[in-house]
Amino acid sequence: MRLQFHDVRLPLAHFDLEITAELSGLVTGIFGPSGAGKTSLLDTVAGLRPPRSGRVALDGLVLDDTESGIHIAARHRGIGYVPQENALFPHMTVLQNIRYGASDNPIDHVVDVLEIGPLLGRGVRSLSGGEQKRVAVARALVTSPRLLLLDEPLSGIDRPLQGRILAFLRRIRDDFHLPMLYVTHDSSELAEIAETAAVLDRGRIVAIGRTSEVL
Amino acid sequence: MTVNEWHIVGFTLRLAALSTLLIAPLGLATGWLLARKRWPGKSLVETLVMLPLVMPPVATGLLLLKFFGRRSGIGHLLDRAGIEVIFTWRAVVVAMMAMSFPLLVRGCRVAFEEVSVRLEQVATTLGASDARVFFTITLPLARRGIIGGMVLAFARAVGEFGATIMIAGNIPGRTTTLALAIYDRVQLGHDTDAYRLLGAAVVLSFAALWISEAFLRKGDRR
Repeated sequence: MRLQFHDVRLPLAHFDLEITAELSGLVTGIFGPSGAGKTSLLDTVAGLRPPRSGRVALDGLVLDDTESGIHIAARHRGIGYVPQENALFPHMTVLQNIRYGASDNPIDHVVDVLEIGPLLGRGVRSLSGGEQKRVAVARALVTSPRLLLLDEPLSGIDRPLQGRILAFLRRIRDDFHLPMLYVTHDSSELAEIAETAAVLDRGRIVAIGRTSEVL
Repeated sequence: MTVNEWHIVGFTLRLAALSTLLIAPLGLATGWLLARKRWPGKSLVETLVMLPLVMPPVATGLLLLKFFGRRSGIGHLLDRAGIEVIFTWRAVVVAMMAMSFPLLVRGCRVAFEEVSVRLEQVATTLGASDARVFFTITLPLARRGIIGGMVLAFARAVGEFGATIMIAGNIPGRTTTLALAIYDRVQLGHDTDAYRLLGAAVVLSFAALWISEAFLRKGDRR
């Protein structure tokens, strides 16, 4: 995965997100304190918040370029997004959630890897935090995305369960060879899954490189 | 209740239901636009839509009378098409629509605002078009609030008086609604008849409010 940001500027509440950088690697971490602009960065990559100016490209495909007026809509990007709050559709079952993005795609492998088979018929409101996270990841995976965005995937999950979710995510990384952009404010979490990382502070990338060196 | 009184109640309910159905598409669209989009003139439209809530109903009725009168462009066109509005059942529906529209828009707007934008955004990242997001995510999640707003608009239509008497008059068998009939009976000194109709009005209003609140409460629990 090669994600390029060229002079990207996006106004946030208290400062601007200003990024010129190239992120590469199978799992790239975005590390920084709360309010640093991490989620806004993911939103921009997903196509939910177009930059005011600049250029974003993924593996050579231009996603946004304000100079030439390019903005690929979120639904055409093929980028999976697991937001911090999961955003499962509360009026649907687990199966309906998973099938939402790709009704014809096979789901068996994803269901097996994430061990959510027994949950398929249940309503999402009855799921635990860890189960909800696995379903949200499965829903994004089933669409066969070119990149998976994970926003604080372990937040709101009990400590003992966090290790289990992390193991699931590592399995996805290894089984699907799916590039991921992994946002967190926890450095130990990042060290366990991401080979490269960028540190974001008040909208700017202040360090970038191998995770062990950056942290 | 007498046969005539049942007829008045049925007539009022039928026209209130028709009025609610007719304003539903525009009410839904306006509520959604106010809840989800930014556009120039939004606050002006919002104020105009809510105006009948605070204006004297007879003033709204007078405006409608001028708007649909034969001397107006719309009235002239309708007249040429052979469609009579003023002092007919259609005028009753028009008055009901004008007076209950703000309540429907407000109900729809609140219902749409309560649906998390994040759910809609995630649906688009899964490849859904705007229309699919609206019909599979937004509308189902807002439906209780929307139905609550529709029931409230229906209840307002059932009780409409001021605008109706201006544009439709009070013609027995043609434009007399429940509210007009109560007023009529009191004016004639037929208090017993008036109280019977009052009882019907109380039961209908109570039931409508109860149903509306039940939908809104269930919506809150979501």
